[in-house]
Amino acid sequence: MRFLTTLLGAAALALGTTAFADGHEPTKVGFIYVGPVGDFGWSYEHDQGRLAIEEAFGDKVETTYLESVPEGPDAERAIRQLAASGHDLIFTTSFGYMNPTLKVAEQFPDVKFEHATGFKRADNVSTYSGRFYEGRTVLGHIAGHMTETNTIGYIASFPIPEVVRGINSAYLAAKEVNPDVEFKIVWVSTWFDPAKEADAANALIEQGADVIMQHTDSPAAMTIAEEKGIYAFGQASDMKQFGPNARLSSIIDNWGPYYIARTQAVMDGTWESMDTWDGIAPGMTEIGEFSDKIPAEVRASAQAIADAIAAGEMHSFTGPVNKQDGSVWLAEGETADDGTLLGMNFYVEGIEGELPN
Amino acid sequence: MLILEPRATTPRWLTVLTPVMAVIATMIAGGILFAILGKNPVEAIRIIFLDPLLDPYSRTEILVKAAPLILIAIGLSLGFRAGVWNIGAEGQFILGALAGGATGLAFYPVEGIWLLPLMTVAGALGGFLWAMIPAILKIRFGANEILVSLMLVYVAILLLSALVSGPLRDPDGFNFPESRQFHNAASLPILIEGSRVHAGVLVALGAVIAAYVILQRHMLGFRIKLTGQAPRAARFAGVSQNVIIAICLGISGALAGMAGLFEASGPVGQLVPALPAGYGFTAIIVAFLGRLHPVGILLAGLVMALTYIGGETAQLMLRIPSAAISVFQGMLLFFLLAVDVLTGFRLRWVGRTSA
Repeated sequence: MRFLTTLLGAAALALGTTAFADGHEPTKVGFIYVGPVGDFGWSYEHDQGRLAIEEAFGDKVETTYLESVPEGPDAERAIRQLAASGHDLIFTTSFGYMNPTLKVAEQFPDVKFEHATGFKRADNVSTYSGRFYEGRTVLGHIAGHMTETNTIGYIASFPIPEVVRGINSAYLAAKEVNPDVEFKIVWVSTWFDPAKEADAANALIEQGADVIMQHTDSPAAMTIAEEKGIYAFGQASDMKQFGPNARLSSIIDNWGPYYIARTQAVMDGTWESMDTWDGIAPGMTEIGEFSDKIPAEVRASAQAIADAIAAGEMHSFTGPVNKQDGSVWLAEGETADDGTLLGMNFYVEGIEGELPN
Repeated sequence: MLILEPRATTPRWLTVLTPVMAVIATMIAGGILFAILGKNPVEAIRIIFLDPLLDPYSRTEILVKAAPLILIAIGLSLGFRAGVWNIGAEGQFILGALAGGATGLAFYPVEGIWLLPLMTVAGALGGFLWAMIPAILKIRFGANEILVSLMLVYVAILLLSALVSGPLRDPDGFNFPESRQFHNAASLPILIEGSRVHAGVLVALGAVIAAYVILQRHMLGFRIKLTGQAPRAARFAGVSQNVIIAICLGISGALAGMAGLFEASGPVGQLVPALPAGYGFTAIIVAFLGRLHPVGILLAGLVMALTYIGGETAQLMLRIPSAAISVFQGMLLFFLLAVDVLTGFRLRWVGRTSA
């Protein structure tokens, strides 16, 4: 009976919902996340971007999100639900939402859509992504210096160009400073599965890896590295709290400035469909603070690389670089064009093992 | 004290009532869960169970979500009645999508109304053959079909992932692991303009009717039920255990395969690694929630779909974490199993007995 009265009381509370009294309709911005907001990686950083919008615009915006939306048949409905409930701008933050986003966008021409990491656009669909491979050049440089077993473990998700690009750029940078370096790569076929990622980390450590890099979203590998007394890097977010001793640096996806700019554009009516692929220079790809465990001169050289990339004086992929099969990819001094990078489906020379295909 | 006493017979009204009791218990326990999370429980339950029914688009989405659940659960229920435990419908779903989808892609960009029927047959065949692996292993070597069919799910997931990153990959897709989008003749026709309700919904309805006829009016249905309830009697009556195993796994595999193809060529429109959304496992809950009865499964599938659609709305409107919604759905099965005790046993108050 008491339970019933509690329920009734709650029902009464529900009637007094809040409303905006000033007559100014807030701009509604919606987000679709592939993982939980508490993954401390990919989805977490997109949610930080959402919070940045709220902070920047206060009550001129209203933001909502749907988390852990699988990339399968449910995605279209989730996106449509945001569009149908009066959102002006919708960010769909995983590659698998590409076709569903386009389908919904066709039905809602007045709603603006932003799809992360995809390659299909429309009049009301923009795409955006970060040049995370630039960050991996810096991390690879550090990893090459820090490994004592000359073995770097790499936890990879899916063999899509973005991930292959990261492996290649990290390897080239590590090899540059440590010719004996070897990459052990484990494909876990998931973006977020702490148990699988932890298993992969353990397997890599057993194979002699003493530095771990990852292209998956949970901090599981970081906690294993901390336990085993080896090194790792934060991925997507800083992850320092999960490995205060193990963490050397990190790649942080900083979506806030882009999200604020796009929201502003919708408010001003200047939003246009475009493709954005930003790296270290505009700050979309951020390098986390360097740990004291890294020798001072390596910290300095890593910073120099980051600065050179930001200044446009250096490219992560600069020839001579051969493909894994020994054929020439980039001649001396040649840099990779974006087209090849966007479709990258090969390892560079020196990486062992076959790319899953 | 309160004791549980086995029932000699189960009253019919109780069999019908217990799933309803489970749903109500889930609403109450779920309400408490949402209240603990600081959300208004009444509003949350209303959004999950009522709001999707009031919105026309959500109503069509319930059909889209329920169709594969019902189609798979119907097949599973035949086996469950005979004591044949196919836990791997998810794998058969994937193989159906692969076999049917690959057929559609092979004929790209040929138009023709014969293509979809061909794909459907290929899809059913894919699921059927995948289900024949546990069937043959059980018949021939007595291997446990629960384990074999379950393990084959993981094989199927990896097979799908390998094929869409290899032979079936979209040639214009920047090497992303997904097939090209199905062309017109390979896509399921939409039944309701502006929605995603596809022809597969009709097939699911057809399966409900067919299963009803088989179970109530057909010798096969009688044999299936007999094998499940009294295996020895069934044997004396000349029912071959092996034939029943093959038929039950075969039918459930074929229906799951068709569901997989419909999902691929309907709402998704291409083969992607994320295609298996757990329908094969959720359908097990649907089958039991529906008391293994075709009409019950039809209703259970719709209720289950409703909680999914409503759960998404609740996430959006009330910011209830998606994990809490999953817990909520898990409660449904938990309470169903709990109230099931009441159909087999009766609660009785007896005086204190000396120890």
